[in-house]
This record gives sequence, structure tokens and C-alpha cells, in this order.
Amino acid sequence: MAAGLRELRNRRRSVTSTRKITKAQELIAASRVIKAQQAARAAIPFTREIIRAVSSVSTHAKSDHPLTVTKAERPRRIALVFFTSDRGMNGAFSSNVIKMTARLARRMRDDNVEVVRYSVGRKGTSYLKFRDMEYAEAWDGSSASPTYADAQRVADRLIQEFMLPCEEGGVDEIHAVYTRMESMLTQAPRARRLLPVEVVEGVREVGEGEVFPIYDFEPDAETVLDELMPLYVRSRVWFYMLQSAASQLAMQQRAMKSATDNATQLIDDLTRVENQLRQAQITQEITEIVGGASALEESSGNE
Amino acid sequence: MADDALHVEVVSATGSEWEGEAVQVITRTIDGDIGILPRHAPLLAALVPSATEIVTQDGKREVVAVDGGFISVEDNHVAVIAQYAEVAREISEDVAQRELAAAVKLLEEGDNSEETRRRYNMASAQVKAANKASGQGH
Repeated sequence: MAAGLRELRNRRRSVTSTRKITKAQELIAASRVIKAQQAARAAIPFTREIIRAVSSVSTHAKSDHPLTVTKAERPRRIALVFFTSDRGMNGAFSSNVIKMTARLARRMRDDNVEVVRYSVGRKGTSYLKFRDMEYAEAWDGSSASPTYADAQRVADRLIQEFMLPCEEGGVDEIHAVYTRMESMLTQAPRARRLLPVEVVEGVREVGEGEVFPIYDFEPDAETVLDELMPLYVRSRVWFYMLQSAASQLAMQQRAMKSATDNATQLIDDLTRVENQLRQAQITQEITEIVGGASALEESSGNE
Repeated sequence: MADDALHVEVVSATGSEWEGEAVQVITRTIDGDIGILPRHAPLLAALVPSATEIVTQDGKREVVAVDGGFISVEDNHVAVIAQYAEVAREISEDVAQRELAAAVKLLEEGDNSEETRRRYNMASAQVKAANKASGQGH
């Protein structure tokens, strides 16, 4: 009986310390998610201006830029870059992305397309390693607070792959899977085609009576486009990274909150059982003493 | 005159660095220096690392270091878009000089990576911007 009580007490103690950890994680995530959201918001003007410039140049440029051209009617090799987290404790964040990536890869393979994987985030990389899946390159260490330099590294590698002809190991298309931060409550994995660029995407609505401005280009449209396209791809990757970071922290906060709630519930239950057990033990002891005393009395009365 | 002000926005990857009304913007494109006055024709130009000058309506001069990028002018709305941009007032000239020296040294040692070139571009733009800002302060 006493052993059961001690076990319960130990368990309650361990749950209590777990709750301290999850509570702390929740608070950390809560403060960092605000920063991540601010960072994501701050990057909006950059992305907006670039998209605007790209759509206006590409409507004017006579020749197509290599990054906007569809390389093959039926792509033979596709690069798949996906953004997971470096650390756990954020619910289904990484597994949602991994699942969507796997689905996408399966569909591509069904179409007889070779899939080349690029992983951003330690969780995605360890998933690939554990299953002995091949990947071209992996980056990590920046999932919760990415910098523009991180985005640039990833984007430049992808551009380089894309510029290579398929026969020399290049890829025909690049797709990205990231998590979009819809709100603090909803974050959903998204798959997007990164390259070739679909120029129609993001074209500003031209209202009635409004003419699309006829730009002068310095030195000429092609050069401007050359400068612009890598910037566009980087800004996309940067956007994906910021969105994923904010989603990751929001999901972490939620996951840690429910873990804390569960721990509280568990502590309550354990305390109740423990008290019951202690009461029962005391009652039994009293019964034993009373029983023992009356037995003594009876035996002394018999003499 | 009030209708003829330029609305200028300098944006970098990490946010909007400067925003406001101005009467003139001077920057350096691949082809050379260019000055933008109100009612400029729509323009899209690629920039080289430089110090972009913005003359505000009260005659003040704002200097912003940009590491390239491009400028877009449309309907009195000027947007300078660069991956890295910094307002000259916030630049420490000493730090910028040191950074420039470090980048030059790396380049001379034959390190021609994207990272080093980026550092060199930004540092040289910062030094130029800091010089311009302090030169007119006296």
C-alpha cells in the first residue's frame, strides 16, 4: 500500500516538472511568434514591389528570361524544396509539410518524373536520412529566425540547378512546400511552383480607365529583367521562410499550451487518487488499531 | 508644388527603410547617375551599389546606402528596392570602413564567393553614404 502511494507521488512530481517545461516553452513561443510575425510583415513591401516590377517588365520585355521559360512540356526532373523546423515541440508542423511533400513526390513519380529533394530544416533532413532517401542538399539552423542571407543561399542554389540543362543534371521545375500563416489559429501547408515563374501571378489589377504605365528601362528591359529575376526568386524563398517560421512558432505555442493543460489535468487526477489512497490507508490503520484494542479488551475480559 | 511631390519608399528585404515625400532622388544605375524629379516618366532601372540621395521638401538631404537592386518610378511614386539598404545616419563610418577593408582583403585573396561580393557591395555603398552624409553636415 505504501509503495503504491510513493509511486503515485513520484509520478505526480515528474508530471509537474514536465508541465514547468511545457509552460516555459509556451511562453517562449508566444513572445517569439510576435517577432516572427513582425518580420513577415516587414518583408511585405519588398515582395510586393518586386512582384509589381516583374510583372511590368515581363509584359514589356521582348525576349523571355530563362527563369520564366517553360523548359520542357513534360518535365523530366523536378526539384522539391520543403521547409520544416529544426526542433520539435511544435505539434504537427514538420509532419504536415513532410506528408504534403511525400504526396507531391508520389504524384510526380507516377508521372515518371524524377524528384530531387532539397530540405530546409533539421526535421525534414532527419526524416529523409532515416528512410534512406536521397537528397541534393540540406540546410538547417535557421528555421525559427531566418535571415535574408539564408534565403539567398537556398535561392541561389536552386537558380543554379534550374539554369543547368536537364541533360547535365539540371531540373525542369522547382516546387516548394511551406507552411502558410493564415492566422494565429490556422497554419496550413502549401505547395507552390517556384520556377519557372508564372508571370501572371501577382499582376496588379488594371482598373477601368487606368493604363498600364509604359516604362522606360535603364539600360534596357532585358538587363533589368536579368537583375530582377534572381531577386524575385530570393524574395519568394525569403517569404516562404518567414511564413514557415511564424507558423512554426504559432503551432509550438498551441502545442505547448495543450501539453500544459494535459499535464494540469493529469496532476489533478493523480492528486485525487493519491489522496484517496492516503485516506484509505489512514482509515485502515484506525480500523486496525480499534480492532486490535477491542480484541485486547475482549481477551482481558475473559480472564 | 504640393501635388508635385515624389512619394519615395526605400525597401529592403527586412522592411521599409525610409518613406516620405521628396522633391528629388539621385541614385546610380548601371548606366550612371540619374536624378528623378516630380512628374518623371515611368522608369525601371537596375542599380549598382551606391549611396542614394533623397532631397526632402524642407531641403534636407537623406542618404541611403543600397547594395544594388532597382528603382521604379511611376506616377510620382518612387520605390527603391534593394536586398540590403541602410539610412546613412544609422551607419557607423568606422564599422563600414573596417567591413570594406575586410571584404577587399578577402577579394584580393581570391575569395570570389557571392557572400564576399555581397559584403563588398554593401560596405562600399555604406562608406559612400556615410561620406556624403557627413560631407554636407559641416
